[in-house]
Amino acid sequence: MYTFMFMNLRVLFIVFILLVSCKQENKTKEVSSNLVKENVVVEKPDLEIYNFNEFEKFLHLQDDKTYVVNFWATWCAPCIKELPHFEEIKEAYKSENVEVLLVSLDFPKQYEKKLIPFIVKHKIQSKVVALDDPDSNAWIPKVSEAWSGALPATVIYNKDRRAFYERSFSYEELKTEVDKFL
Amino acid sequence: MKKSIKIVSALAIVLLISAFTLNKTNINPGYQIGDIATDFSLKNIDGNMVSLKDYKEAKGYIVIFTCNTCPYAVAYEDRVEALNKKYANQGYPVIAIMPNNPDVQPGDRLEAMQARAKAKGFTFPYLMDRGQKIYPQYGATKTPHVYILEKTKKGNEVKYIGAIDDNYQDEASVSKKYVENAVDALLQGKEIEEKETRAIGCSIKV
Repeated sequence: MYTFMFMNLRVLFIVFILLVSCKQENKTKEVSSNLVKENVVVEKPDLEIYNFNEFEKFLHLQDDKTYVVNFWATWCAPCIKELPHFEEIKEAYKSENVEVLLVSLDFPKQYEKKLIPFIVKHKIQSKVVALDDPDSNAWIPKVSEAWSGALPATVIYNKDRRAFYERSFSYEELKTEVDKFL
Repeated sequence: MKKSIKIVSALAIVLLISAFTLNKTNINPGYQIGDIATDFSLKNIDGNMVSLKDYKEAKGYIVIFTCNTCPYAVAYEDRVEALNKKYANQGYPVIAIMPNNPDVQPGDRLEAMQARAKAKGFTFPYLMDRGQKIYPQYGATKTPHVYILEKTKKGNEVKYIGAIDDNYQDEASVSKKYVENAVDALLQGKEIEEKETRAIGCSIKV
């Protein structure tokens, strides 16, 4: 009985020590995780979120540039497959006044969980905006009368020309289309 | 030698491109409102073959091309089930068809369809468009994509094509229930107000 109690006390003491040290460890962990969080906040790209009325201007910019506007989402496999080609176009046509805009149709609850981590992980260089407008029947025809609503879809335009594509692209195919605008 | 290889490959590319463009112009745009839709015999998740003509009592059908893997289709699962509950006994059953190639989209294999239907308690048939012969005839391009058919003397006439409602994100915020409005109009013998609508969806995987 006595030894049992003695053991118990020792166990208690050890548990006490462990708890104290754990607590301290927790504190330092918290601080460091705060630091990590701050770092992420700094690196995290600002995501511009638009409803269609706010977004529509990006389909009608009247300057000397050619715009390649791609509608995509992180859950859309063919979109993810062709995304690097849009990034390549952005890089290859830098000096030709071509701009790429990636319009994400991810669900709003996925912005933090999926979309922003995707942009960070793949170091996406093109501008990404999120289009959050559930009444797609109202705005799909304003992107193009020809669009049934399937993703991916792409608009290429400048002040003289406009084309719509409800399809996926290889790099060569995309390049061929962009070249028609230059 | 090198030169001839270049010429041959250039020719091959030209042929490929022209084949592609030719193909594109030949694509069937699918059904328009008023067209007569084809019947089919497709395998249900319970192993039985299902055709529209099996539904002797039906006044029409709510044919929905949908799948397991598209977030838009998933967002609408409960609403599709609710449509079947509401309209099957009024003569408009939901017939769901999975149009994707399951080799490309393994999450849409028959076993996955069975599991999803069981988990969600689907009471409608969930058919596999094996060989992908049916969806191109309808002209479906994405999931979900709805075709409401009315049984007429001429056949199953296409009365509505498009979306289920006007808010995929939030059922509570829906203001226009396109499919319900269309079926209600058919049941009351009225003209459907919005016969064609559009919604974002996932391209059908071939």
